[in-house]
Amino acid sequence: MPQNNRTSVWNGISATGNLSDRFLSGANETVTLGGLAGGSCLGGRAEEFRGRSVLLWTTDQLSAALALIELDGIARRLVLCPADLPFEHLRFVIDSAAVDVVVSDRIAPGPDIPSGVSFIACSPKIVRAHYDHTVERQTEWILLTSGTTGLPKLVVHTLASLAGAIESSGASPSPVVWSTFYDIRRYGGLRIFLRALLSGASLVLSSTEGSLADFMIRAAAYRVTHISGTPSHWRRALMSPSAHRIAPQYVRLSGEIADQAILDHLQVCYPQAKIAHAFASTEAGVAFDVTDGLAGFPAELIGERADVEMKVEDGSLRIRSTLIADRYLGGQAKPLIGADGYVDTGDMLELRGDRYYFVGRRDGVINVGGLKVYPEEVEAVINRHPQVRMSLVRTRKNPITGALVVADVIVQTPPEALNGQAGQLEHEILELCRGILARHKVPAVIRFVSSLPVGATGKIVRQPCVMSS
Amino acid sequence: MSIRSEIIAQVTQVAQEQDKHLAPLVNDLPLVDSGLDSLCMAVVVARLEDALGVDPFTTAEAAGFPVTLGEFIEFYENAAK
Repeated sequence: MPQNNRTSVWNGISATGNLSDRFLSGANETVTLGGLAGGSCLGGRAEEFRGRSVLLWTTDQLSAALALIELDGIARRLVLCPADLPFEHLRFVIDSAAVDVVVSDRIAPGPDIPSGVSFIACSPKIVRAHYDHTVERQTEWILLTSGTTGLPKLVVHTLASLAGAIESSGASPSPVVWSTFYDIRRYGGLRIFLRALLSGASLVLSSTEGSLADFMIRAAAYRVTHISGTPSHWRRALMSPSAHRIAPQYVRLSGEIADQAILDHLQVCYPQAKIAHAFASTEAGVAFDVTDGLAGFPAELIGERADVEMKVEDGSLRIRSTLIADRYLGGQAKPLIGADGYVDTGDMLELRGDRYYFVGRRDGVINVGGLKVYPEEVEAVINRHPQVRMSLVRTRKNPITGALVVADVIVQTPPEALNGQAGQLEHEILELCRGILARHKVPAVIRFVSSLPVGATGKIVRQPCVMSS
Repeated sequence: MSIRSEIIAQVTQVAQEQDKHLAPLVNDLPLVDSGLDSLCMAVVVARLEDALGVDPFTTAEAAGFPVTLGEFIEFYENAAK
């Protein structure tokens, strides 16, 4: 286990040792952790950041990673800006987090950065520089998550809440190399970043711009042993021939519901790997891992455990632990933590036998003539069909029931090559749904498509209330 | 396929899928007595929109909704004009 008295990322990394053999690989550069001891990605200007609120606004994940390592324990606040943050939200983030320095690998500040805010360049090129690694404060880490109004929510964590419950991989006989499809500036990616660096491993970062195949080639070249992503990331990876380039020992899914089909497909593709799925959210932190290869989780996890307490109230999962975020920054209507100390995840559960299954998001429910349907529960059934690779269930306006459920489905055969098989396939998928789901949950229409929208978060893009064309 | 035959085909198909017993499909059959419940009718309307490219329930100018099967067919025929 890592030391409990760790107070900065750099202290944590240093304590794990073996720095010269370990690396952090970005899309275009790779740095060894040993090189960070006497170097800087900020031109040796770390002193200028003491006590300040810093926005990390980089296009490149490696630059952000290096700046994070350098500034944790020095800056008062580090705001992690994912690559896809719309320019028009930048000012809102700067104001909400009282940012006074922007660190960027962009050439110029641009018009969205107020004149009173300093702009300091960073780059993945480490220059020799000596600066004082003394940890002065517990830096606040600010993560952005999508809000219902369109503006991001700013979620406050500390290193303690982000890095808690990370197990050491020190016992491993061969070097552990982590990778993740996530951007490390999002919760799922940041956990992997910290997990790798604080447990003695190396890390291969994904790239926002490069293709999936490029990333898999890089992951293969660095012999990635542990890799994480959302079920949507994994479905896309499994649709690509490049999936077979890697041979991980450990495959992890989080961020969306892992249905049985994706768990089974991954086990077939990576027979040597342990397949695990986890529940985690930016606000609630990591709650549990499931390693038995089955969808859902054992009901006995509900209740009090050493590090996490969970309960189900009004159908949704509630979590209390040392890993939950502290609060939202800025004027949020609703506090992050309820009066009972629990975070309401908004993820709806259903108990079947001795296992709980996630059925969908509370705010994603489709109302068919007064009856509720969670798109994810329908997708989980559609995905069981052996021909199906991925599906998106959505609402379609209807003059009789208000709304109906329809499905866009990717199957192994491209839609244009289906010809006469489309009708039979549709019939089989609908029969499968009818055998398992209540009538109102069975899609009225199935459309075979060649792609589905997956957002920068790695999650399938859901647009409730969008009328079908 | 004519609009009438498309509608008859969809109604028959949905009834079969939903395990509903259909009354003989004659023009003066009231839709409420057809054997199709509102969920079945909703599915029929969605599929007809895909097949015929019209949804007269949202585009029709006249306020009166069809009561019988004959009116239902006419409703679509008018919308398609």
